Parts: sequence; C-alpha cells; structure tokens
Amino acid sequence: MIDLKSIHKTFNKGKANQVDAIRGVDLSIAEKEFLVIVGSNGSGKTTLLNLIAGAILPGSGTVHIDGNDVTKLPDYKRSEWIARVFQNPLSGTAPDLSILDNFRLAAIRTKSKGLSIGINEPFKKSVKEKIAMLGMGLENKIEQPMGTLSGGQRQALTLLMSIMDSCKVLLLDEPTAALDPRSAEVVMRTADKLTTEFGLTTILITHNLKEAFTYGTRIIQMAEGKVIKNLDNQDKANLKQNDIFDWFG
Amino acid sequence: MDFYLTALLQGFCFSAIALGIYISMKIFNIPDITTDGSYTLGGSITAVLLTHHLSALLILPIVIIAGALAGATTGFLHTKLKINPLLSGILVMYALYSVNLSIMGRSNIPLINFSSVFTWINISANPNHNSFWILLLFVIIITLIIGYLLKTDFGIAMRATGNSESMIRALGVNTDRMKIIGLALANALTALSGSLFAQLQDFADISMGIGIVITGLGSVIIAESIINWLRITSVWLSLTLVLLGAVIFQLVLAVTLSVGIDATFLKLVTAVFVVLVVSLPRLSFKSSS
Repeated sequence: MIDLKSIHKTFNKGKANQVDAIRGVDLSIAEKEFLVIVGSNGSGKTTLLNLIAGAILPGSGTVHIDGNDVTKLPDYKRSEWIARVFQNPLSGTAPDLSILDNFRLAAIRTKSKGLSIGINEPFKKSVKEKIAMLGMGLENKIEQPMGTLSGGQRQALTLLMSIMDSCKVLLLDEPTAALDPRSAEVVMRTADKLTTEFGLTTILITHNLKEAFTYGTRIIQMAEGKVIKNLDNQDKANLKQNDIFDWFG
Repeated sequence: MDFYLTALLQGFCFSAIALGIYISMKIFNIPDITTDGSYTLGGSITAVLLTHHLSALLILPIVIIAGALAGATTGFLHTKLKINPLLSGILVMYALYSVNLSIMGRSNIPLINFSSVFTWINISANPNHNSFWILLLFVIIITLIIGYLLKTDFGIAMRATGNSESMIRALGVNTDRMKIIGLALANALTALSGSLFAQLQDFADISMGIGIVITGLGSVIIAESIINWLRITSVWLSLTLVLLGAVIFQLVLAVTLSVGIDATFLKLVTAVFVVLVVSLPRLSFKSSS
C-alpha cells in the first residue's frame, strides 16, 4: 500500500542548525497492516509521517501510495487516500465550525468542495448514526461548535471523520498524547475497530508503550532518522511489553 | 431626520465593505489593508465610466472584477511569495493609489447630473427615499448571495481555512487557492461599496478610501461583540449583525457630529469609538469576575 524508497530529509541544509531528520529509510507497508512506530524524541517519527502525508516533501527518495508515485504531491492532493489524526486535538477539527460542518467537510475529503449545500436531513441522520457508534452521547449535539468539546471527544470525532469518505490510509500521530487514560482508550479502541472494519492501512506513532504493545500487527523502532527494529505479525505477537521498554534502555 | 437618513444610507453603502472585512478578518484572520485601495478603485472606475455615459448596470460587474483582481493580487503576494499578509495588503493598497490616479486622470471627479444606480428606478419623489429603497435591495441581494455561499460545501471549506489550516489541508483543500479566492471576494465587495458610495455622494475622490478599513473593522467588531455576547452560531444571524454593525457605526458618527464635535476630530473620535467597542466586553468581564 505504501512504499518508501531510500528517503532522506534534511532541514536547514547548510546552516548551523542543520538537522538530518531522515537518513535513508526504506519501508514497505502492506495493505490492511496496522503499523506502530516507536522511538525517542527527535528520532524522525513525525517527519516520516509528514513525508507520507505530504505535509513535507523528501529531499531524495520516492513515495508510492497504492501504486501511485506521489513523491511530489502536496498534502491536499494525497487526501484522496489518506486521512490524518494529529497529536493536538485542535489540529484535526475546526473549533468554530459545528460538528456537522466538520463532518460535512470530512465527507467530501476526496471530492471537490462545490457551490451546493450538502448538509440536508439524510446527511444529518447519517452523521448522527456514525457518532452514536462512539457511545459518547454526542449524537444530539451535532449543531454545537467543535470547540466546545473536550480533547478526547474531538480526537474520537476526528477518527470517525476519517471514514466519512473513502479512506485507505489512516495516519495517527500520537493521537492520545494529550488525553486522559480513559479517553485515550476510547480513541485507541475506535482506531483499532475502524482499521479492522474498514480494512484500513493504519500507521500509529506513540510514546505510550502499552499502546504500542496492545495494538498493531507490526512494530518498528526509529532512532536518528533510521529504522533500527522491525517486527511483524508473529514476532510482534511474541513480544512482551517489557521487551519494548528494554529497547529504550 | 434627514441627517440620520443620510447616515443610514451610508451605513447601507458600507454594508458590502463590512461583509468583505468579515470575510477577510473573521473568516481568514487576515487584516486586509488592500481595502483602502480597492474601495477607491471601485469609486474611480465608477466615476470614469459614468462620465463616459456607460450604464450603471454594466459598471457594477466591472467594479466587482477590478476589486477581485486587487484582492487576488494581495492573496498571491501573501500565499505564493510568502509576504506577511499585512504587508502584502499595504503594498497593493500603496500601488493602487497610482492605479486609481491614472484611471481618474485627476484627483476628483464630480458626478452631479449623471445617471447612476440611484436614478434607475423612481420609487419615491424624494431622492433620499429613492436611494434608501435601492440600497436596501442591494443589501438584501448581497447578503443572500454571501449567506448562501457560506452555507455551501465551498463556504464551509472557506470558513475552515481560517479556522484550522492543518485540518482543511488534510481534507483535501488547497488553502493558498482558498485564501486568494477569499481575498478576491472580500475586495470585490469593498470595491462595490466604493462604487455605491461614489454614486450616492455624486463624486469620486482619490482620498475617499483613506482609513475606510476602519469603517469595515468597526462594523465587524460591533457585530462580533453582539455575536459573542449572545453566543450566536447561525450564519444568517451573524451576517445580519454585521450589516447592523455597519449602520450602527454610521449612526454613532452622525450623533457625534450632531452633538457639535468639530468634524476635524471625526477620525480621532472614530478611532476612540472602535477602541471602546473592542475593549468594552473585556472591561465589563473584568469587573464582574
């Protein structure tokens, strides 16, 4: 589904504050795989995710998504395949817009935003049904501005928004970092459920080793812009939570 | 009474600029100084074309396109050349001074005895009453168009662009393009205001736009205070309040003049009034907490 070939990315090239964020990453992610990325701060996890999303473009190397060469495509064009959930709950939703407006935009992620009014009764009904899946009681608050909700609620809704339109890849950048343990669990469970139910290819960055242990079908560890550990299927299943702790020892 | 009617008519003329500032300032978070230039641009194009006996019906679309081009230029400087939005606006406004002067050929064109939008239809014998009905019609049409636009999928994407750029890019919107379109729309409305005002006052002047952005901002800020105070989320109600803001702003100025304050101090009084409106919600909040 996603193929990265010899990716390099350097920030502030030639300046005193030059950072070699990614130093030669080759990564192939299969369809319906749930990949977990762990690594210390500054190891290049978020840069890698941004490279896949197209928020930044690589210095060298190629990016393929679903067989298409997207190396030079900006983020808003890659949204055809990719939905994102950001670390900051505020980044994934528009706070001053109603929940309904946010969901409308998500529902036309891969389509053009035209001059017709898309919010009608059937649409409202389908949004309510989707939101009811979360069991947070938000389905009757769809006219409220997104900004009135808590971080956990917004993060859960952002996840749900990703499957409003056809979606193949789900990028989760520390989605639970700003949340309390209970909301974090709801968000992670929803992500896991959506991945299986909708056959998504999911990439999760996390600092929470329990999450890294519990979720996903494959785990990689990054350090200094490289992939240094790569365990899939059986190897990940055999992994113990303490083993991941030891990686950071 | 006529004094207040004139203020009301001016308020109506400024409703388009208020909606324009609402779009650039509230929706895109860009303080757009291009306004001063595009307002005069609307006035100067109108004056020259009216004196060449072109129908006012044809002039309005030309004015709208010219204003949109001015706004798109600012948007281009900001998004493609990465110039600070405030500076982009100032640069275009500055350049427009020369453009406007060359369009008019001199600094002032009187329009007395030329036909205008206000002589289209004769609803009332009193020219002021006639203008009132024609302007009211304009205000209603513009508000309906902008209100509808903001409700469409495109409009929601536009509102999200100023609200959460990372989100709307992830949802497949080219935010650069969106900002250019938004600024073009805002300045098209501003130019329309300039055109209407030149026709109402029967002259266009090279300095008619100086500080006009304050009028727009003042109107929007009055509206915003009410919107926040009453926690309004409806698009239609917000737009109506912006229009109301434009009228209130002009009425306050009219009252200021009628209580005998020297017209020399009008801009100072205006500035103080805007400061008051901006700070009032905060001052009253502090005293209650």
